Amino acid sequence: MLNIEEEINKDRRGFIKKVLGGAIAGSLLLVIPLRAKEYTERIPGMQEEDSVFTQKNFVFVVDITACIGCGSCCIADKAEYQVPDGYYRTWVERYIIDDHDKVYVDSPDGGLGGYIQPREGLPNPVRDTFFVPKLCNMCKKPSCVQVCPVGATYQTDDGFVLVDKTRCVGCSYCVQACPYSVRFISPVSHTAEKCTWCYHRVRKGLLPACVSVCPTGARKFGDLDDPESEVWKLLHQPHVISVLKPDMGNEPALHYLGLRREVV
Amino acid sequence: MNAAMHNGDAVSALTNFVFPNDFHVHWSLMIVLYPYITGIVAGAFIVSSLYHVFGIKALRPISRFSLIFALAFLCCATWPLLLHLGHPERSFSMFLTPNPQSAMAGFGFIYTAYLILLVHEILFIYRPTMVRLWHKSSGFRRHFYSFLAFFNDNLSPQALRLDNRIIGFLAGLGIPMACVLHGYVGFIFGGVKANPLWATPLMPVIFLLSACVSGIAGIILVYVLIMKLKGRHVDMDCIRTSLKFLWGFFILDFVFEMLEVFSHAYMATHHWHVLENLYWGPLYTTFWFLQVKIFSIIPFFLLGILCLFKLKDQIVLFFAPIVSLMILIQVLLMRWNVVIGGQLMSNSTRGQVSFVPEWHGREGIIAAIIVMTAPWIILFVLSRIFPLWLEDQPTEKKASEA
Repeated sequence: MLNIEEEINKDRRGFIKKVLGGAIAGSLLLVIPLRAKEYTERIPGMQEEDSVFTQKNFVFVVDITACIGCGSCCIADKAEYQVPDGYYRTWVERYIIDDHDKVYVDSPDGGLGGYIQPREGLPNPVRDTFFVPKLCNMCKKPSCVQVCPVGATYQTDDGFVLVDKTRCVGCSYCVQACPYSVRFISPVSHTAEKCTWCYHRVRKGLLPACVSVCPTGARKFGDLDDPESEVWKLLHQPHVISVLKPDMGNEPALHYLGLRREVV
Repeated sequence: MNAAMHNGDAVSALTNFVFPNDFHVHWSLMIVLYPYITGIVAGAFIVSSLYHVFGIKALRPISRFSLIFALAFLCCATWPLLLHLGHPERSFSMFLTPNPQSAMAGFGFIYTAYLILLVHEILFIYRPTMVRLWHKSSGFRRHFYSFLAFFNDNLSPQALRLDNRIIGFLAGLGIPMACVLHGYVGFIFGGVKANPLWATPLMPVIFLLSACVSGIAGIILVYVLIMKLKGRHVDMDCIRTSLKFLWGFFILDFVFEMLEVFSHAYMATHHWHVLENLYWGPLYTTFWFLQVKIFSIIPFFLLGILCLFKLKDQIVLFFAPIVSLMILIQVLLMRWNVVIGGQLMSNSTRGQVSFVPEWHGREGIIAAIIVMTAPWIILFVLSRIFPLWLEDQPTEKKASEA
């Protein structure tokens, strides 16, 4: 068996050298941190040193066939941004089609409480029902950016449409211009607010809050220029995919999988 | 799907779905007043231009008054906007860092240019008057009047000819600018493609015509009222001519307003089904009943009778202010129905909301009353400086009036 004491005694000087070297190397790590990942990367390549964020082509895909209307996304969103009551950055709509082809839509409290109870008082038997999550369409040709008189609403190089709270004058023109009604004037800041696809999280390689909490994967987010990404695969497979109000000409980057014609 | 379309009842019917953010009417009373006030300004200016540029001599008695009237309202045109803005302290950003793509960004520039033009036109027209007041007064008033006369008391025929040329130029330039000012306000709405009630190329035209109508009506009403209050003689030729112009502009205005609804209904695209529910839903009373039936059709025929038949002066003098007031209310209702009405239908295309303005607050009814009272106070103050009526001008030679 190896006698430690004997080994040390063989070369005391060498032993001390090694201990000292180890200690210095260890303390150097404290002074010069390695580029350790702060968070677990969810969007591949975002935390790489040579990752050029502005060259990404982010898209959001909502799978209507997967949404169960639990409202987790709405809760996550409200928690992430302290959205004032009665205003919504994202919401979930419930569509019900009866056997007379009448369409009933509701979204009580934006679906925040989840759709626990079935809708009551419908005159005819229900033929079909589904949920449609809504959020900013992150248009390629955004009306809100066009109309903002002071340039407080702007489009980043990577396609995000954002609001600069420190410049917004609160004129509400963007609220009127948005065909999707995703904007509102915050009663707290008196400036325009809307869903940002969690820009601050995406920049760190994280998924938007609503995507990360969705239990069924109905909300998907990723880089359309990355053939390995889920969104690339979805948008390149023969799915039924559409955007909302295409005739508005806004070219949304929010795509819906299995979008139904009843959805506006 | 259309459970909510009849006579404004059952707005929250089963099938109605309003996007959660569409329950808020972000453009409320103040944005109703903003086009109303700028419209009165543009219209009053047109009245003055009819005399100064188009040589309608009958309008001479009100040619000066209409400019001062326009200025009084123009002074307050930005108030509703400032009251409406979430951050009025940042409003100067529209001048400093405007977004050239935005239809709204131009307002500050157009407004300022128009204010400068209007003030200069008034000062040149009133220069002979100001010079006489300058010479008559002393102390501070003397300095003030000399400032208003550009520190120049040269009233030689040559100088007055130059003045007149400048006035003609400014009045001529003022017409396209008044049209731009208000046509542009119409475009702010007409350019919103998300809103089928607003998004029509007719919107600037309708706004412009209703502006002319409200300006002329305002001038007639106030002219007759002031003259009656002061127990003075009303120039009947002037009133009859103004009524003819009012009728002419109102015919165009009303026809275009109805054409807008009719062509939407006739083409019956999917937008119409949204508008239909709006017009026969929350807008039924304010649009069909008040704006169209009461305050358009009645004044339309009243004006027709006043213009076409040779009526006694007393009858014309009795009906002229009434019909003018009705037209002023019609235009206010039109602003309401456009601005508020456009926000009462949801982008969901499935539902409408109702709206009752609040009393208090920055955009409440009380604030609106204050904003609408201010121009009258300003008009009173201005009338102390600029005599509104030609017979009030300080004597000496009268030939020099523009």
